Amino acid sequence: MREALKTIEVPAVGLVVLCGASGSGKSTFAARHFAPTEVVSSDQCRALVGDDETDQSVTATAFELMHDIIDKRLELGRFTVVDATSVKPEDRRSFVELARKWDVLASAIVFDLPLSVCLERNDIRADRQTPRHAIERQHKTLRRTARKLRKEGFGRTYTIGSVAELDAVEVVRTRMWTDRRAETGPFDIIGDVHGCHTELIALLAQLGYDTEARPIAHPDGRQAVFLGDLVDRGPGVTEVLETVMDMVDAGTALCILGNHENKLSRALAGRNVTRSHGLVESLEQLEARSPEFRERVVGFLDGLISHYILDGGDLVVAHAGLPERYHGRASGRVRSLAIYGDTDGETDEFGFPIRYPWAEEYRGKAAVVYGHTPVPAAEWVNNTICLDTGSVFGGALTALRWPERELVSVDAPEYYAPTRPLVAESAERPPLLLDVEDVLGKHYIETGLMGRLTVDAERSTAALEVMSRFAVDPRWLVYLPPTMAPVATSDRPDLLEHPDEAFAYFAKAGVSSVVCEEKHMGSRAVLIFARDGDAAQRRFGITNDAAGVIVTRTGRPFFPDATRTGALLDRVRSAVSAAGWWDALGTDWLVIDAEILPWSAKATELLQRQYAATGAAATAALAAAGDLLAAAAGRGVDVAGIAERTTVRQGHVSRYVDAYRQYCWEVDGLDGIEVAPFQILAAEGEVLARRPHRWHLEQIDALIEHGAGVIRRTERRFVDLADAEQVAEATAWWTASTAPAGDGTGDRLAGGITDGIAEGIGEGMVVKPADPIVRGERGLVLPGVKCRGAEYLRIIYGPEYLEPQHLERLRQRSLGRKSSLARREFALGIEALERFVDRQHLYRVHQCVFGVLALESEPVDPRL
Amino acid sequence: MLLSLTSTTTDATDLGFVLHKHPERVRSVDVGFGRAHVWYPEATTERCTATLFVEVDPVALSRKPGGTRKSGGAATLEPYVNDRPYAASSMLSVALGRLFGSALAGNCASRPELVDRALTLEIELPVVPVRGGEAVVRRLFEPLGWAVDCHALPLDEAFPRWGASRYVSVTLAGDHTVQRALQHLFVLLPVLDDKKHYWIGDDEVDKLLRRGGDWLPTHPEAEFITRRYLRFGGLAREALVRLAEANEDSDERDESNDAAEAEVERPLSLNDARTEAVLTAVTDAGGGRVVDLGCGEGRLLARLVATPTVAEVTGVDVSVRALERAAKRLRVDDMSERRRESANLIQGALTYDDARLRGFDVATVVEVVEHIDLERLDTFEQVLFERVAPPTIVLTTPNREYNVHFERLRADKGDADKGDDDKGGADRGGAHDLRHGDHRFEWTRAEFAAWVAGVTDRRGYRATISGIGPEDPDTGPPTQMAVFTRGVDR
Repeated sequence: MREALKTIEVPAVGLVVLCGASGSGKSTFAARHFAPTEVVSSDQCRALVGDDETDQSVTATAFELMHDIIDKRLELGRFTVVDATSVKPEDRRSFVELARKWDVLASAIVFDLPLSVCLERNDIRADRQTPRHAIERQHKTLRRTARKLRKEGFGRTYTIGSVAELDAVEVVRTRMWTDRRAETGPFDIIGDVHGCHTELIALLAQLGYDTEARPIAHPDGRQAVFLGDLVDRGPGVTEVLETVMDMVDAGTALCILGNHENKLSRALAGRNVTRSHGLVESLEQLEARSPEFRERVVGFLDGLISHYILDGGDLVVAHAGLPERYHGRASGRVRSLAIYGDTDGETDEFGFPIRYPWAEEYRGKAAVVYGHTPVPAAEWVNNTICLDTGSVFGGALTALRWPERELVSVDAPEYYAPTRPLVAESAERPPLLLDVEDVLGKHYIETGLMGRLTVDAERSTAALEVMSRFAVDPRWLVYLPPTMAPVATSDRPDLLEHPDEAFAYFAKAGVSSVVCEEKHMGSRAVLIFARDGDAAQRRFGITNDAAGVIVTRTGRPFFPDATRTGALLDRVRSAVSAAGWWDALGTDWLVIDAEILPWSAKATELLQRQYAATGAAATAALAAAGDLLAAAAGRGVDVAGIAERTTVRQGHVSRYVDAYRQYCWEVDGLDGIEVAPFQILAAEGEVLARRPHRWHLEQIDALIEHGAGVIRRTERRFVDLADAEQVAEATAWWTASTAPAGDGTGDRLAGGITDGIAEGIGEGMVVKPADPIVRGERGLVLPGVKCRGAEYLRIIYGPEYLEPQHLERLRQRSLGRKSSLARREFALGIEALERFVDRQHLYRVHQCVFGVLALESEPVDPRL
Repeated sequence: MLLSLTSTTTDATDLGFVLHKHPERVRSVDVGFGRAHVWYPEATTERCTATLFVEVDPVALSRKPGGTRKSGGAATLEPYVNDRPYAASSMLSVALGRLFGSALAGNCASRPELVDRALTLEIELPVVPVRGGEAVVRRLFEPLGWAVDCHALPLDEAFPRWGASRYVSVTLAGDHTVQRALQHLFVLLPVLDDKKHYWIGDDEVDKLLRRGGDWLPTHPEAEFITRRYLRFGGLAREALVRLAEANEDSDERDESNDAAEAEVERPLSLNDARTEAVLTAVTDAGGGRVVDLGCGEGRLLARLVATPTVAEVTGVDVSVRALERAAKRLRVDDMSERRRESANLIQGALTYDDARLRGFDVATVVEVVEHIDLERLDTFEQVLFERVAPPTIVLTTPNREYNVHFERLRADKGDADKGDDDKGGADRGGAHDLRHGDHRFEWTRAEFAAWVAGVTDRRGYRATISGIGPEDPDTGPPTQMAVFTRGVDR
């Protein structure tokens, strides 16, 4: 008699097939041990397609549905239980195939209860009964075939032989061996060592490990992760093994399986393997050690796992890398892919297998760190990185610090002649080519600032047209600016926007210090340029006569002609050179956020068609009406009410004309054009947009003297929100700067506290947190809000909007959507820069930039 | 919004009776979009002037759904900053109808003899938006017996270089009955403006014919007036048919139509020639699975679908609107499942790699390459010849040298482009000598040949170049075509 079955262990990622005749208690068992959504049953599928669980006529369709559900669940790595009789091998085969397809373990639980029990249970079923002979046949078939379940491909099988067992058995989920998500490091991931013991010790020391200690450990508790291929070729194979085994045993290191360990393990087990690729060195060195040591090595190698998922799922380590669909899966195929990579038997001119360039297509969320293929330098490709820098071939031994993503390496002498030169793996996907799949359809973009953001398919559709027809080449376009929300609507009787609301917003968000920046009435522009054409080609993979671009908010060329772009960039570039930015920032390219003035330079068409036209019509019409009213009044007709209103309206119109005229001046070529930079967004190695605004403004101030009159200063006030005096002073500055022309307010304030724009009629100001990126209790704080002057707003809300009966209705505006867009676009913009600075693949940068454009196509009140 | 009507026929104050408005009082009425007032700045026996002034509520106008906001277009700043409150547009016609309804209808109970009496009238319209300028004002009013005096208002006197605005100050003088004068204004003010109307409805045709009455059918610009008045094709056609019934001598109009058509046919026949040449090239290549890259509204697709050797057609364009129109043209909705599977329309862009575009036998790229920025041409080349890489590629593009023959077309087109399509105007380059506003370049024969040679060299294709359309000895054909064949070694 076998021992009673007490525990059934099922893998957390896997497929469990319940096998048993009708009435053997499968569904009851499933309901007791598994969540309802984990169980896919034939009855349930019959009901879903045919409205009746017992309708045998829809069985074929129901089983197709069952397969589809299982297929999808396994694709997602969901634990799945199949509840159907599954008594015949052919019934079970398709389930095993699905498990294989998705590389999960298949287990079978056989309900081998006495026939009498099944029949009895069937008899007392109220809703339906299976014919007796059918149950007898099922019972017999299962008995006959159950012994061959292992052969059918079930990794584990359990048999429940009695009602007692059925009632008593426990089901336990076991964690996958590869699942080490709970371990969060920090880690130091080390590439292929290949017996380079001296270099390993040097590298560990450089990483801060105490290499004198036994076992070697890091004082801060960091953990080393070895990517496999510790052995073969190099002179110190056994020393490396000893060091790593000690560390793994002590928990100061993890190690995964490499193909060389796999082969060595087989050789040590006495299997017949070809003694090439440096295996001889390992075996010879092991011969010199004690039998106990060799035994320890055998045990160690046997215990190595194909890959690990670490740090909450953010990090995957696999010797030869691993496409996302295999992460956390278990099968012979996964093991083979993880240690050899995806090869189809072809070899290159040096006799090495040609590998499928999975990293080029990798889109996974987890970073994949791997080795196996010697490369000249470790470089990130689509969130994957190969750390095998060919230490044994005279390259270097390289480690990656995680989560810091810093690379540390030590050079090594050539211990072993390479059989082929170290070259970067040939990419199936050209490095700078975008795929329409990168942008079309619904997309999720992971951002550092706001987590996962969604770009809807409809929005992508709109953005694709702009991006492909009107925008500059995506290789240049590494950033697009976010939209900016206005302040909450003021409840003052004579205004729509006032600084009070801006200060209140930031104070409430927990920001104590803000900067008020003059809002230039020009057109937003982003300057993306390199020091010279060579630098552009190197960094952007593209160049042009201007070695850069100037783009609008939607990525279009700012100037229709390349000549002005080139000339303006040349002036900015020479100012940057004179100010010494290239060296100070250690860069040969820059992305600068700016406003280009005058407004009329870019928006002439809009100005003439809409603003000036409305002004011309209004001025002439109201003047004529005034004359005709005066004539009527002169002969005693009572038109006083209309005349009075008309006079007021004439005043409004004249201020409106003053307002738009303020932003217009004639330009000729570059003469008259001014650039007002307000942020240096990024340079080599750093997203500068994270630095405080004070730093940016100071840098830019220093640029002005070298700018040959082209660079315009941005006036600003730094305000400590707790200091009422500073708040009042900034408010007065705003009031004066936005006052109507000739109003005199500016003059009154001219003594000391006003400068620059205090002439009045300015557009207004933007209030930003002094540190650009702030996370409040309710998420990311807006990077800035605009507070526009009452006069300027005539251009937005119409010449006469300040009339009380109009203003009252205009207050009804909803800002929520605009603020939400502003935040999301900001997060995407910063993410784009981060990715570009990280030298990620163009498509990774482009997705974010494209996302900003796509969000911009959302319908929002354009006056906000 | 302002209009003054002056009579200098003694006794001039009779005007008050005709208009049903007392010269010594102000009359104010709500007109939905604001308040309209009538008063008399002058009322003597020699000279009497009635002024109609409308105070438009700008906020109500902007917030009203279906107001002046362009239907379907992207929301712009226009609604709030708008000339409608000030300029004499169709809204003034509405106010005329509201305040001078009886006069328009020819009713005057107290002095019926005045209705049919022609007065010496002067009409002043200080701000009229006119599409087409002074000439249009004259074309419309002079045939009706008005002496026209007008001058364009400057856009902004502070910026003389901006020139004149589209507003014209108009003075009309002539002898007419008040009813007729008001009818002229009622119908022609919206025609001058030529913008979408405040009211759009099915009863418009009736309104036009009623107000236009007997004078419109004989007006030499009747068709022009009707078209502008009813900016929507269906209504305009209906109105024209009904007008034709009233107008006996229609032969003359037919003739002018023919002439217009011949003018339009020149470019049309080039389109046809291009389509035929491309179809021949596709058939010569054996047809099979064909992808039309940059299919636009599907002119070529419709022909490809009907070509026997073509088994499957896929149209690709970046513009969703174009694809929608192509679907309509192909009647995708009416297709059987089987046929629908053989005709696909997908959104895509040739500057992105696209797995959906692989595996075709032939790609057609008709009048597309010139829409791509020169800077992005290398990406286009890589996608088309390395990633999509079908065995045969048929590509056409204009021959810039031939443009000298297109003087007339270009002038017309430039004018039309300036019209109501305001998108992107400011962002586009001003290459005036190109055939289309969106063309980034056009190649001469030598430039095209050089590019083709470079491509064949770099990408393992062979190519033959030919011309489409009438060959000119000096400039060559209007369109050039290259048929690329993938080399066997690839």
